[in-house]
Amino acid sequence: MKARVHVTLKPGVLDPQGKAIEHALDTLGFSGVEEARQGKLIELDLAESDPERARAQVEEMCRKLLANTVIENYAIELEA
Amino acid sequence: MKSAVVVFPGTNRDRDMVRALEGASGQSPALVWHKHSEIPKVDLIVLPGGFAHGDYLRAGAMAARSPVMREVVARAESGVPVLGVCNGFQALTEAGLLPGALLRNADLRFVCRTVTLRVENTQTLFTGRFAAGETFDTPVAHMDGNYFIDDEGHRRIAGNDQIAFRYADGAAAGPANPNGALDDIAGVFNETKTVLGLMPHPEDATDPLHGGTDGRKLFDGIVEALS
Repeated sequence: MKARVHVTLKPGVLDPQGKAIEHALDTLGFSGVEEARQGKLIELDLAESDPERARAQVEEMCRKLLANTVIENYAIELEA
Repeated sequence: MKSAVVVFPGTNRDRDMVRALEGASGQSPALVWHKHSEIPKVDLIVLPGGFAHGDYLRAGAMAARSPVMREVVARAESGVPVLGVCNGFQALTEAGLLPGALLRNADLRFVCRTVTLRVENTQTLFTGRFAAGETFDTPVAHMDGNYFIDDEGHRRIAGNDQIAFRYADGAAAGPANPNGALDDIAGVFNETKTVLGLMPHPEDATDPLHGGTDGRKLFDGIVEALS
């Protein structure tokens, strides 16, 4: 089963890369962008086929390594 | 004072740290490879600067999960002093031994220059040689030194005197704060002040050839406290 982990900076955490993207979009004429925030997408291919167990595994991976919960949030998507 | 310097793949300031420790203590530190799960019995453990594991995922993230770090955490929890410089500071926050996190520099540029630091707490085993409010000059060299902590954490570390150093105006050219760090924080202690992490490189201000020797006070103070 496949899992996609979206890691994003928590609201309120400064995101200089997001700011740079915002400015670049503005330079390109996309004037309607009020904010850009950059995150990470991590794709995992898991041996586990049970969605509940897979989610529990990925949760633990997020807490232990994939996200730094001091500054980041994470969201998990599973795909059979 | 006996010390150990932990080396990860990508660490590049280990020799600078070894020289600074030798200069202050007269004893050569033990070098401990990241895959080793044992550290000799020492008075101080040091995580030096560099780009451990290429800073993949987040700076210090992989280093913080190395086999050796389980032992570093266990020793720190038993009260053994730990010092983390630059990448070592990042790894200590990632390992949960120090509060907060280090974000990408606010201007997205690698910063390499001299900064002035103000010593904010002199009542610790690391900073005993400094006078209250004393400033000193050291180099910085990093991409991710922008210290961040949430409001509640900020109040907690400020109230508990855990802010070790702040960037301050001084002889150095350019703005005092080189990376956008919250509240100009350059270094922090853990709650018991036995773990210190800082972004600047005091080990690279210990020889006249470095352009300054202000960093010696830190190492001399540590040796004095731990000998």
